[in-house]
Amino acid sequence: MRDKILYGMGVVAILLLARDVYKIASFPPEAAQGAIFKIIFFHVPAAWTAMVAAGTALVSSILFLMKKDFKYDAIAVAATEVGLAFLAINLVTGSIWGHVIWGIWWTWDVRLTSALVCWLLYAGYLMLRHAIEEPTQRATFAAVFSIFAFLDVPIVYFSIRLFRTQHPGPVFLSSNGSFPPDWTMVLLWNWIALLMLGIVIMLVRLGHEETQREIDYVRRMAHAL
Amino acid sequence: MTAVTVDGVWKFYGDYPALRDVRLEVDSGACLALIGRNGAGKTTLLRTIAGFSKPGKGAIRIFGKEPRETETRQHIGVIGHGIAVYDELSAFENLMLYARLYGLADPKRAALDWLEQTGLERVRDGLVREFSRGMRQRLAVARAFLHEPSVLLLDEPFTALDDRAIAVLQRLLREALANGKTVIMSTHQLREALELSSHVAMLNRGQVAFHGACTAEMVADPGWVYARYGEG
Amino acid sequence: MTAANDVSAGVRKGATAGRRRSSFTRLVFVIMAKDLRAELRTKEAVNASLAFAVVILVLFNFAFDLDDPSTRMIVGGLLWLVFAFAGTLVLNRSFARELPNDCLDALVAAPVSGACLFLGKALASYVLVMAVELVSLPVFGILYNVWFPFGQMVVVLALGTWALTVIGTVFSALTVNIRLREVMLPMLTYPMLVPALMGAMVLTAQLAAGTSIWGDSVTWLKVLTGFDVLYTAAALTLVETVLVG
Repeated sequence: MRDKILYGMGVVAILLLARDVYKIASFPPEAAQGAIFKIIFFHVPAAWTAMVAAGTALVSSILFLMKKDFKYDAIAVAATEVGLAFLAINLVTGSIWGHVIWGIWWTWDVRLTSALVCWLLYAGYLMLRHAIEEPTQRATFAAVFSIFAFLDVPIVYFSIRLFRTQHPGPVFLSSNGSFPPDWTMVLLWNWIALLMLGIVIMLVRLGHEETQREIDYVRRMAHAL
Repeated sequence: MTAVTVDGVWKFYGDYPALRDVRLEVDSGACLALIGRNGAGKTTLLRTIAGFSKPGKGAIRIFGKEPRETETRQHIGVIGHGIAVYDELSAFENLMLYARLYGLADPKRAALDWLEQTGLERVRDGLVREFSRGMRQRLAVARAFLHEPSVLLLDEPFTALDDRAIAVLQRLLREALANGKTVIMSTHQLREALELSSHVAMLNRGQVAFHGACTAEMVADPGWVYARYGEG
Repeated sequence: MTAANDVSAGVRKGATAGRRRSSFTRLVFVIMAKDLRAELRTKEAVNASLAFAVVILVLFNFAFDLDDPSTRMIVGGLLWLVFAFAGTLVLNRSFARELPNDCLDALVAAPVSGACLFLGKALASYVLVMAVELVSLPVFGILYNVWFPFGQMVVVLALGTWALTVIGTVFSALTVNIRLREVMLPMLTYPMLVPALMGAMVLTAQLAAGTSIWGDSVTWLKVLTGFDVLYTAAALTLVETVLVG
């Protein structure tokens, strides 16, 4: 049953993406920046998806600490990994755009910098998990770290923005003109497609976590005998 | 009255049950010897009773209360695998620290008192890292008994003790039991433990395989319980 | 009257003969004093931290030309990099010092709340890191002829160091028995500290340039303070979960 949902969602997501790409290709290029501006259709929804993933990880971590049920721990790690992947897409698309427009791979733009710091933050979560052997301790410590990390996200964004207002620099991927409404529609549809892809990946990862726990259990049983 | 109740306790590491449905009652004034092979769950059980970790299922009650309550912790004394004293501090400083943490009214007197009881009064200002092994063990005993706990949880306390330390510990345990304190100790040193014990419980793969009074038969032949109730 | 009745009465009333209730503050002080005494007896972490700070300050001379006025602007950033790295050497020890002899077990078993334990250790680390920083400042001043107005600098040091200490102490507890602890702690703490370090750096740069921190940059003071308050609250709430499985 779960597999059917997975495949179904995956197919729908891919179809949506295909349709969106077709539509995007048919839009006229943006006045000032040319075709590369269309990368925004992936750049922005990727960030939004990452934010949803971070929120999911937070809720799941809190639920684990309250209920001690490992399925919440599995959701937390799966959501964080998905979030990291989409955040990486955000970073890379931003960087590509910068290179095409200005010839530089990076400039410490507010959103990109915030995204980078958050990426490092959540990468730390995965590193912490990797370093703790015992499953219950790993889940508990990771949950605490996840809560700390999420609290930091708004502060990071706010403080970097404050810094940039005092020390202005180039801004990546802003539209000088207004964003046409039919473009907004496609942007949103793209977000839905990316969200669905994210959920599919997460569900696959959840299955993997369950299998891993079973293996761990069997290994401990074997050692005890 | 019942001092310690272990009520249907399960403890999981991940999905693996280190303790399965453990049910035990230890009366006040009793001395329970907890025996079993390595990996049977003795340390896990003691640590759960002491409140170091929470059971996955079931409950522990010490005098009717949760082990983690501040009140209850005042009355529990623990000796684990480590001596739990600081190498960089002196014997006296270590005991003063714990006396203060346990809120004793006269920490200095209690510390000096217990240094004497464990034969360490002459090295009270020596740093623990310079102590011999036996001295360190005796300091660990002093630390555990310092706040006059009503329940003593000892994890293999006789292991790696020298003769003098064994004598000190046995004397202190006898006195404590005579004063109505409760002792649960896990052990491989069956003879020393069974001499003091009123009850014996054997754990096998996280379950209680045997629980009953300590008989003369057991003291005479410590391997008896294993032979009767153990597996191989 | 049996001993058992005595005992249960004691447990019920919460006070047996020879005991008094220790207040939270007193217990925090006991833990803090213990950590400080242990550290000052060996001085391992403090010496390493101080030596590290001085070496890096000297190395800056080869990387930057601090006589040039435009590079003096980066002074704020440099100083806090030094403090963050040197501070980690001290903070790493915080819960790590409880590992030998299983001392952490005895602390957790004692009738001391996790919050109390955390605060005591955090305050001890705070004192030590502040000491390293206060020694580094005049060294920096002498080597590079950069001087800060003392009162305002202490404010920035106090707020910035507390941020470093709170996060460092909690993560010291989280990483206490994992592999590669010394490497993991910085990798986990620095990204989380970005807002606080940024605030401290900006404020220090202002001070080096002769501007008051109470002027336009007061927002950064608010950011720092907010960060400190938020994470202290989070740490006090969650530390018990970390210490008791």
